[in-house]
Amino acid sequence: MLEGVSFRVAPGRGLVLRGPNGIGKTTLLRAIAGLQPPLSGRVEGAGERAGYASHADGIKPALTVAETLGFWADLYRAELPEAVYDWFDLADLRDRPAGTLSAGQGRRLGLARLAVIGREVLLLDEPTVSLDAASVRRFAAFIRDRHLAQGGIAVLATHIDLGLELPEIDLTPHRAAPEARGGSDEAFL
Amino acid sequence: MRAVLGRDLRLAVRAGGGFGLGLAFFLIVVVLVPFGVGPETEILSRIAPGILWVAALLAALLSLDRIFALDHEDGSLPLLATAPLPLEGLALAKALAHWLTTGLPLVVAAPILGVLLHLSGPGMLWLLVSLAIGTPALSLIGTFGAALTVGLRRGGLLLSLIVLPLYVPVLIFGAEAARRGADGLSVATPLLLLGGIGLGCAALLPFAAAAALRVTLR
Repeated sequence: MLEGVSFRVAPGRGLVLRGPNGIGKTTLLRAIAGLQPPLSGRVEGAGERAGYASHADGIKPALTVAETLGFWADLYRAELPEAVYDWFDLADLRDRPAGTLSAGQGRRLGLARLAVIGREVLLLDEPTVSLDAASVRRFAAFIRDRHLAQGGIAVLATHIDLGLELPEIDLTPHRAAPEARGGSDEAFL
Repeated sequence: MRAVLGRDLRLAVRAGGGFGLGLAFFLIVVVLVPFGVGPETEILSRIAPGILWVAALLAALLSLDRIFALDHEDGSLPLLATAPLPLEGLALAKALAHWLTTGLPLVVAAPILGVLLHLSGPGMLWLLVSLAIGTPALSLIGTFGAALTVGLRRGGLLLSLIVLPLYVPVLIFGAEAARRGADGLSVATPLLLLGGIGLGCAALLPFAAAAALRVTLR
């Protein structure tokens, strides 16, 4: 998908990945998260410190908002800070089953997971999809004032301007030539 | 692991979780058998251990495709894969949750349903014991099959085709133990072999399931 991409992000800093749909932003983030190995090259420093948020929020309709966040805190052996509900405007929704949330509310719950798991390197794939303007500001404030301010790292793939004044990298010139892409290993089924 | 186990058990007993589906299927199959075979108590009590074992196996099969498919659909799987819990632990927790929600109810219900098939008293005891030892292996093999087929469309059908042949040794030794128990013979050999299969599955299959999940996640 991509070739010749190289960057280094210092603690407390962020990076925004830009590029048209299908260029490989998601693939790059998944490779950093360790979900799929790169065809060549290496990723340093992420691994066990990385927290990944994909397009899908991974929300179980039958669990309430509080149970969902409690589960992730439990899985990461982290404390569930009470303030999370305020950061993501979820206080009124605590005991609602996640299945009854709107798309934007579900997204806020998915993003609140990132504040619970306590990972230093956040890999965010289109984090603001279906968020309204106020929620985008809340999310940007969380990234800037909570995460980056405490020495965390954020790598975001996004098409909108979050107002975070983060350095950007445009992936368009790094599009791999067709023959450089790995062969398809799709099974016949 | 405890977190995943707790979540899966909670999801199973909530609306749409499918808890009790396997149990209801088990009940219906066993109730149907006397209608098909006829009411002669001698024939029924002879075939009871085998029927109960086959029905339990099919009931366990029924809920296998939910083990990973739901997490795959809603995007939880990559999030779970990047969590501190290794994928092997995830597979083991999922198998345990499947056994607690499907296998354990079958074990408890089997002797009660044995009454419908005129199973003898010692037969009920050894059926219970053989199912208690054998059903964890069914859940572990099924979790491996579910991990293999999770990303595929129509994976449920393929899952049955993969898992059913792997269930054969468990069925042979499980039903043999129950049958010998009902006839008053020694049950030690089939039960030991059944336990060996179960332990082997517990030791190996979480690793195989994790390897299959890693391929799926790419």
